Amino acid sequence: MVSAPAAISSDSQTTTRMSAGNITFFPPQPASPASDGPGSESRAPGLIEIAGLDFYYGEKKALDGINLSIEANRVTAFIGPSGCGKSTLLRCLNRMNDLIEDAGIRRGSIKIGGADINARGVDPIELRKRIGMVFQKSNPFPKSIYENIAYGLRIQGFKNKAEIDSRVEASLRNAALWNEVNDRLHDNALGLSGGQQQRLCIARALAVEPQVILMDEPCSALDPIATAKIEELIHELKKRYTIIIVTHSMQQAARVSDRTAFFYLGRLVEYGGTRAIFMNPSNPQTEAYVSGRFG
Amino acid sequence: MNFQTQRTGRHARESIVFALLRAATYAILLCGTLIVGTIAFKGAPVLFKPSFPFINTTFLTSAPETLHVFEYDGRKMELGDREYRAFRGKLAADAAANPHSEIRIPHSEQSYVYSAGGIFPCIVGTLFLVTGSMVLALFFGVSSAIYLNEYARQNAVTRLIRLAILNLAGVPSIVFGLFGFGLFVIFLGWNVSLMAGWFTLAFMVLPVVITASEEALKAVPRGYREASLALGATRWQTIRKSVLPYALPGILTSSILGIARVAGETAPIMFTAAYVVRDQLPWQVAKLGDFLFQGVMALPYHIYVVSTKIPQNEYTERVQYGSTLVFLILVALIAAASILLRNRLRKKHQW
Repeated sequence: MVSAPAAISSDSQTTTRMSAGNITFFPPQPASPASDGPGSESRAPGLIEIAGLDFYYGEKKALDGINLSIEANRVTAFIGPSGCGKSTLLRCLNRMNDLIEDAGIRRGSIKIGGADINARGVDPIELRKRIGMVFQKSNPFPKSIYENIAYGLRIQGFKNKAEIDSRVEASLRNAALWNEVNDRLHDNALGLSGGQQQRLCIARALAVEPQVILMDEPCSALDPIATAKIEELIHELKKRYTIIIVTHSMQQAARVSDRTAFFYLGRLVEYGGTRAIFMNPSNPQTEAYVSGRFG
Repeated sequence: MNFQTQRTGRHARESIVFALLRAATYAILLCGTLIVGTIAFKGAPVLFKPSFPFINTTFLTSAPETLHVFEYDGRKMELGDREYRAFRGKLAADAAANPHSEIRIPHSEQSYVYSAGGIFPCIVGTLFLVTGSMVLALFFGVSSAIYLNEYARQNAVTRLIRLAILNLAGVPSIVFGLFGFGLFVIFLGWNVSLMAGWFTLAFMVLPVVITASEEALKAVPRGYREASLALGATRWQTIRKSVLPYALPGILTSSILGIARVAGETAPIMFTAAYVVRDQLPWQVAKLGDFLFQGVMALPYHIYVVSTKIPQNEYTERVQYGSTLVFLILVALIAAASILLRNRLRKKHQW
C-alpha cells in the first residue's frame, strides 16, 4: 500500500493529526487467506475484526455487542430485516457515522488489518481512502463520466493527466463499464442508465485503490438485468478486493457472498458460510428469515 | 337524480370568498402598476428625449447643478449653474467689447438647487456601494452559512446564532444606520465613507444571504457529500468540489436580489456613506487609500434630499422622478444580471 502524501491527511474533525506512517492499516498479510474454503470455520484473524461493538443513535442502541471477523478477499453479506443495524455496522467500518450527530460507538472496537480504526490519531480521511463505499442510491456527481472517476484521484493530489487517464480507464474496465462508455467519457454521468450509474460509482470507488469495498444495498434500485451485471462484477472484484455487501435480497446474498451474517434488532444472530446459513441455519430466527417467514 | 346547482348559502359564500381572493390579488397588481406607471410617466420625459440619441445624456453623465431661471430678450431661459456663468461671462465680454451696445447682463431671477445637471455621481456612488457591500455580504454570509450548515454541530450555540440572525433580519434599517454610524464612522474613525457604508449595508443584508445560502446548501443532495467523503476527501475538499458548485446558483440569485433591495435603502447610508453633494467623483482621489474612506453621493439619498430637504417646485419634481426612474432601472438591471448569472451557472452544473 502506497502511503498517501502527508499534505492531504489533514483532518477537520479530530484534534490530533495523524503522523504519516504512525498507523498502518494493512500490514502485509503473510498467509493468503484464499487457502481457506468459503465455508471453512478456521479462526485465523480476519482482515476486519469487530469485537463487542455497541453503537448508539442518541440514547437508542442500534448495535448490541457485535462480534464479527471478516476475511480478506471474500464477499461477506449482511442480511436482516429493515432497522436491524446492518447498514449502521457497514458505515462504522469507514466511519461514515462520524457525520451523524449524537451517534457513535460506546463500547467495543473495530480493527482493520490489526489497527483500531477508532483509536486516537486515526484519520478518517486516511481510512476512507482504503475502505471504498458504494451507496444504495447511485450518486454520481453531476459531472462527466471521466471527472467522476478522476474526482478521488484529484483529491488525493494526482496531477499527471496521463496517469489519471490510465487509472480512469483501468477503473472503468474493472467495473465492466469501459466498453459501454469509452466513446462518451466526457458526457454527463447523469445521462447513464441506473445500472450504469451504479457501476460508475463502483468504478469511482475502485479508482482510489481501496482494499475493502463496502456496498450498501447497491442493487436495491436496479432492474434484474442491471443487478445481474453488478453481481457478476462482484464475483470478478473479490479476487482483488474484500467486499462487504448489505442486501435486502436473500437471493442476492446467496448468489454473491461467501459468508453471510444475519442481523436482527441490532444483534448478530448468526454468521457463517453462506451455504450453511441458507441450507442449514443453526438459529431458528435465521431459519425463519431465510425461508421468508418474517422480515 | 338531480345534479342541478342548489341555491344554498354554501355557494354564495364560495363566490364571495373567491371574489375577495381575486380582488386582493388584483389590488397588488394595481398597486405595482400604479407605482411603476407613475414613475415611468413622470420620469420618462426627463430621461428620454424625442431627438437622437433619445436619451438625456446630460442627465446621466453630469453632476447636479443649481438651475437658474430668468428672462432674457423676452424669452424664459433655464440654465444650469455653469452654463449660466458662461452665458453671463460672454455677455459681459460682449458688453466690454462694445461699450455702446445695449447689452444687459441678466441676473438670476430664480435659482433652484440640484434642479439642473444630472445624477452621474449618484449613479456611480450607488454602483460602488452595491458592489462593495455585495462582495462583503457574500463573503461573510456564505462563510457563515457553510460553517452553520456543514461544520457546526447543532447545539445551543448554533441555535443562539440562528436566533441572532433572525433578529438581525427584523432590525429596522435606521437602527442599522445608527449602528454603522456609531461603530464604523465614529468608533473606528472611518468617517462618512464607502467603507462604513459597505459594512453597514453588508451587515444589514447578511440575514438574507445566510438564509439563502443555507437553503441552497441544504438543497445539494446528501449523496454528493457522502460520495466525496467516502473517497477520502476532507470536509473542505467536499464542500469546495461537490457542494459549493451546485449551491452557487441559488446562493448568488437570492443574495444578489437581497442586495439589490438593500441598495435602495436610504437610512443605513445617510449617516455612514452618503453625501448630499460632492464635487469629486470617487476615482478622483489623491491616493488609493483615500478611495475607501471617501463619502459618495447615492441615488436613494439624492432622491430623499431633493424630495424633502429643498423647497419643492416643478423643477425639483423633474429631478425626483428622473432619478427614481433611473434608480428603478438600475435595480432591475442588477436583478436581471443575477438571474442571467444563475442561468449560466445552472447550465454548467446541472443536477
